[in-house]
Amino acid sequence: MTLKDLMDKTGMRLLTPDAPLQREVTTGYSCDLLSWVLAHGQAGMAWITVQTHLNVIAVAMLMDMACVIIPEGITLEEATLQKAEEEGVPVFASDKTAYELSGLMFALGVGQAERT
Amino acid sequence: MADVSILETFDVERGAFETAGEASATIKRTLKRLGVDVGILRRVAVATYEVELNLIIHSLGGRLELAVDENWVRVTSRDRGPGIPDIDKAMTEGYSTAPEDVRTLGFGAGMGLPNMKRNADDFSIASEVGVGTTICMGFKLR
Repeated sequence: MTLKDLMDKTGMRLLTPDAPLQREVTTGYSCDLLSWVLAHGQAGMAWITVQTHLNVIAVAMLMDMACVIIPEGITLEEATLQKAEEEGVPVFASDKTAYELSGLMFALGVGQAERT
Repeated sequence: MADVSILETFDVERGAFETAGEASATIKRTLKRLGVDVGILRRVAVATYEVELNLIIHSLGGRLELAVDENWVRVTSRDRGPGIPDIDKAMTEGYSTAPEDVRTLGFGAGMGLPNMKRNADDFSIASEVGVGTTICMGFKLR
C-alpha cells in the first residue's frame, strides 16, 4: 500500500506538503521509546509515535522509514516539521489514538515486521 | 564499488540534542554517494547514530571518524571522557546511566551499545576512567 492510499483510507493529514506519497509502506509500528525503535525499526515502516522532538525525524530518516504518524491530534514542534521537510521524511497527523490507527492499518493489510 | 579511500571527521559536543543525527546523516549520504548497498547503509546509519547519541548523552564531547576502503566501512568514536568504569555492565541490554531528561526524549534505555554491536560486523570498545572511551565499528563491504 502506498503512503497516499494509507493517508486516504485512514483519514490522516499530511503535515509535510512537499513529501512524495508514492512510496510503498511495508510494515507498521507503534512505539515511543526511541532507543527501542532504533533496535527494532525497519526500512519502509509507517511509525506511530507521540514523541514530537527533532530526533524522531533523525530516527525515521536514518532507518529509511516510509513515514512518521503523530496520533491523538498532538501538535508537532515547528522545528521538527522543518527538519522533516529538509530530510524528505513524510509526517502525518491523526486525531485517532495509536491503538486505533494500528488496528486500522493492520486491517488494511499493513502488517508487522519480522522481529529483529 | 571502485577503490576508494575516504576519511571524514565530525566533532560531537555533549548535550547537542538539537543537532543529533547530523554527523550520521552526513556519513549516510557520503556512503550512498559511493554506492554502498542499502542494507549495509542502514546498519551503518543506525550504529553511527547510536554512537553519536552516546557522545551527546554520556561523553564530555568527542569525535566521529569515517574511513572507507574497498573492503570496509569503519566508524570510530573517540571521546574526552569521563570513561566507563565497567564495560561488561555497560554492554548489558537494559543497563543505562542516562539522566532523566534524556529518558523523557525516549532515549537511555540501555540499548545503544548492544545495538551497535548487533549492527556492526566488527565491534570493539576500550575505555579508561578519567581519559576516555574509544569505540570502533567495522562494516564489511564484500
